[in-house]
Amino acid sequence: MAEAVGISRSLAAFHLDKLVEAGLLAVSFRRLSGRTGPGAGRPAKVYRRAEGEHAVSVPPRSYDAAGRLLAEAVENAGLDRELQAAAQAAGAAHPDAAAGDLVEVLRARGYQPFWDGETLRLHNCPFRALAEEFPALICGMNLALLKGLALEQWSPTMDPCPGGCCVALSKNKDH
Amino acid sequence: MTGFHLAQVNIGRILAPLDSPELADFVAQLPEINALAERSPGFVWRMVDDEGEDATGARPDESDDLLLINCSVWESVEALRNFTYRTDHLRVLSRRREWFQRLAEAYQALWWIPAGHRPSIAEAMERVALVREHGPGPTAFTFRDTYPAPARSAQV
Repeated sequence: MAEAVGISRSLAAFHLDKLVEAGLLAVSFRRLSGRTGPGAGRPAKVYRRAEGEHAVSVPPRSYDAAGRLLAEAVENAGLDRELQAAAQAAGAAHPDAAAGDLVEVLRARGYQPFWDGETLRLHNCPFRALAEEFPALICGMNLALLKGLALEQWSPTMDPCPGGCCVALSKNKDH
Repeated sequence: MTGFHLAQVNIGRILAPLDSPELADFVAQLPEINALAERSPGFVWRMVDDEGEDATGARPDESDDLLLINCSVWESVEALRNFTYRTDHLRVLSRRREWFQRLAEAYQALWWIPAGHRPSIAEAMERVALVREHGPGPTAFTFRDTYPAPARSAQV
């Protein structure tokens, strides 16, 4: 990492530890050499993204609170289908939808796509907190949004991935 | 093993009779989704009507021919939550408003039962009534507000 950004190892560690202090990264110790026992050397300090969500907004904005209220009202009013129609239209109208490279589009929108054989799965749910509180409503919205974003050669389906998004996509055979 | 299992009930009023074209898609998916429930980790039991396939023949309110009941027993809240929201069941669930009316009052309840007990329709409806009258509590609660199983020493 230090090499990649052209700074010293100790300076990189200094900044990584700052991010740990701020709660953005978590640390574990692991022997990367694969050796164990005496003589295997000191375990390496391994940094990974911390659990939990962080949002930064200047000036302060509370879209999450507004989102929760809106979701509650939509849920209580039984407007699932109206929400799905709006989500699909928004996906289809997005300029990225026509761009063609769906994997890149999903990456840019924070889904963290990865290939699992022939299936494109999504590591991250961009609507996580709301989806946990209103799963039927929000996961249905997300599926509709992805149906809108995906061009004809893709089939998005509900196929929840542990810890990740509820939608998986596969390429249609005839394309 | 706590000696307790989790019972679940939800009721829903269908938008049209079960044999109508509006409900055809829902009815067609029932065998597949029920089979999925049965092979899901932590599944214990599900209520069926006299026909024995599913509970769509049961009517928890005799005066309401469109009100359906769905009742099952699971080993834990997590087992039920996984099936409900982390399997193909979610796909069907996200289409609920194509087939079911929105109910203004509480339409579901979770409660703890001694392992081996099989809840009746009347018992299940009492639990829904408890959530409606008092909100979630230890005797009847919801996914959004769960309560732990009774302690072993409190068993009666």
